[in-house]
Amino acid sequence: MRSLASCYRLDEVSGGLMQQTMQNIAFDEMVDSSQSSLLNGQDPTVNPRAHYQGFAQWLAQQPEQTLKARREEAELIFRRVGITFAVYGDTDGTERTIPFDIVPRIFPAHEWEVLSRGLKQRVQALNMFLHDVYHDQHILKAGIVPREQVINNAQYRPQMQGVDVPLNIYAHIAGIDIVRANHGEDTGAFFVLEDNLRVPSGVSYMLENRKMMMRLFPELFANHRVEPVAHYPDLLLESLRHAAPAAAGQPNVVVLTPGMYNSAYFEHAFLAQQMGVELVEGKDLFVQDDVLFMRTTQGPRRIDVIYRRVDDDFLDPEVFRDDSTLGAKGLLRAYRAGNVAICNAIGTGVADDKSIYPYVPDMIRFYLSEEPLIANVPTYMCRKPDELDHVIQNMEKLVVKEVHGAGGYGMLVGPASTKAEVESFKVRVLANPSNYIAQPTLALSTCPTYVDAGIAPRHIDLRPFVLSGQHVRMVPGGLTRVALKEGSLVVNSSQGGGTKDTWILEN
Amino acid sequence: MLSRTADHLYWMARYTERAENTARMLDVNYQMSLLPQSEKTIEGGWRALLEISELTQAYSSKHENAAPATVIAFMARDMDNASSIMRCLQAARENARAVRGSITTELWETINTTWLEAQRMVLNGRVEHAPAEFFEWVKFRSHLTRGVHAGTMMRGEVYDFIQLGSFLERADNTARLLDVKFLAAAESHDAASDPVDEFYYWAAILRSVSAFESYRKVYRDVITPERIAQLLILNLSMPRSLAACLQEVVKRLGRVRNAQSADTQMATLNLFTELRDTTIEEILEQGLHVFLTEFLSRINDIGAGISQDFLVPLEVAA
Repeated sequence: MRSLASCYRLDEVSGGLMQQTMQNIAFDEMVDSSQSSLLNGQDPTVNPRAHYQGFAQWLAQQPEQTLKARREEAELIFRRVGITFAVYGDTDGTERTIPFDIVPRIFPAHEWEVLSRGLKQRVQALNMFLHDVYHDQHILKAGIVPREQVINNAQYRPQMQGVDVPLNIYAHIAGIDIVRANHGEDTGAFFVLEDNLRVPSGVSYMLENRKMMMRLFPELFANHRVEPVAHYPDLLLESLRHAAPAAAGQPNVVVLTPGMYNSAYFEHAFLAQQMGVELVEGKDLFVQDDVLFMRTTQGPRRIDVIYRRVDDDFLDPEVFRDDSTLGAKGLLRAYRAGNVAICNAIGTGVADDKSIYPYVPDMIRFYLSEEPLIANVPTYMCRKPDELDHVIQNMEKLVVKEVHGAGGYGMLVGPASTKAEVESFKVRVLANPSNYIAQPTLALSTCPTYVDAGIAPRHIDLRPFVLSGQHVRMVPGGLTRVALKEGSLVVNSSQGGGTKDTWILEN
Repeated sequence: MLSRTADHLYWMARYTERAENTARMLDVNYQMSLLPQSEKTIEGGWRALLEISELTQAYSSKHENAAPATVIAFMARDMDNASSIMRCLQAARENARAVRGSITTELWETINTTWLEAQRMVLNGRVEHAPAEFFEWVKFRSHLTRGVHAGTMMRGEVYDFIQLGSFLERADNTARLLDVKFLAAAESHDAASDPVDEFYYWAAILRSVSAFESYRKVYRDVITPERIAQLLILNLSMPRSLAACLQEVVKRLGRVRNAQSADTQMATLNLFTELRDTTIEEILEQGLHVFLTEFLSRINDIGAGISQDFLVPLEVAA
């Protein structure tokens, strides 16, 4: 069993891409590197952090064959349960599973306490910002967020101006991406990497990963007091009910999916089932006299709340893309008339755009008169001349992103690029500076992960889900994503990312 | 319930039932082809099976002779044949996947696992090397699906639409099986027929619908074609008989009825009462083939009526 772990070397991340740039070794979630030599091969079960001690002890006792067998069992179960995603353009119906890693990511209660307060604070401010933008625009008038950044934003929806939504909540479900890194003086500090306020996904994996872990290793849960997450669908349903128009007595809530060939279909069906509500598609819906209905075997039935997993652009062919069949014609009319609630609201994208992200800490100060509890990743806005100068001069060390880009497009990772690539990107940035932001290259924290060669450190991030109804709430945990390729910082499932169970230990 | 959901449930059930019945039909043909008889008779048996499944043309465009192995491959695992067992299992699974939120996790996992394992079995050449075993497996997966359905699903609309699909499909399939076997028997019948061969022929048919023991219990007498027809068409206690299937369809339609379903209900009730009030002598006098052809056409109309009244209308779905 030693041989299994022997390839765990904390210096691995300093190889390849990161070598030239990282002054600091990545923070490891499990192993306390201050206790051991960084340069030699190391067993992750030696010198664990306090909250990993129980797990380390257990891991050291597991024969390699057992872990291998459990890993294979997990893959089989995911297939049988159908926790798969369709691969676009694949006609033979191949479905893939997202690799599940058996080493959990563990938080001690005190760390989670700070994180959860910070997340709730942030989401509260973001919702206040959205209400403000679509009503009186105090924050724009105060000059805290530049007006043109908001009004000219492709995600700003003028149709929402002046529309009142129940409880003034826009982002009922928010997925906030959190990373941890050594930065400056801080060891293992948390940063918000990105806010997802449109249709954040992944929560079903958080729930299924826990079920899987309990099924594979029940003894671990007997020895650890892990905070449960399985009540998420209850909280979600409650938040959705809170969003219902006042007139609806027993609100009829539905989940709107683009259909079974969408890559997140499993999650849509899963959440609808767990909440006990209908899973609808655009073709099930119609609007009559500004009221939204679904076609049932007993005739039309009114809908009060629609948890949509379809982008704004496809919701209503009357207002947005006219070729869309994924929404319902007239939905926006019904919405503006206050006859149906849409969760998340239309137009939330204006608050999670990369060009708005740098202002979130100021939003927290402006609306809540509080200091942000979780920092942003330091961000240079190229629209500001002095910051642009810095970016141009240090581009080889920075990550430069297009403000509307997503999924790694329109992006330059300085340390991983050639000199020529950096030079040509400089030309692009200088031609249109306000279209770019830049951030230092962070060494995301690592967590021991079972890969083909054994257990080795891999970079991770975390997406907790924050629900807003009458209260702002969350379940203790989130989805931990892991970049399975050595040295890689890309955790996306489409690019070789996997997931882990996330544990919050009770005190 | 959403009309689209009802549609998926109904077709999920129909395809599951169809996969089972195709396996049953293939199994009986396969067992019969092992009996001593002429090549021509054997080939005739397989051709009749294709004919009754309305697949003669599709088959002829790909194959010339009707050798058992070729027909079995076509009917069991050919993905170009929309009625093959594998295509039915796939369609059942796709329909279940579309409504996985409306059925229990156990039911979904059972149907999904059937499809995953079936693919593995086909890859491993089970259809070629052990066809009888494969057919048996398909039947048992269908039993399992039915059991999970009965044991875990709430009694309500979802349950009713699944039952509706299962029994309508089963009525159709039993009628087809009877038609093909009685036609084949009539054609090959001559004065020299060996009574022993006759026994195996009819016993195999009874076994294909799990009715051999039941026949013995009901009649306590030798096996005759007339009684088989009586048992499988009119006996309300036989779970695969036409009358029993129609009785279930009438019952389920009554539960899910809506403002526009009166005609379909009436058509179903009429067909059922006719079955209940007629005798096997009357049917045989009219001619079994004529009777079954009309029955299949009326079943088809009822299916279209259900789609029209409750589900996604067929022409829109197509």
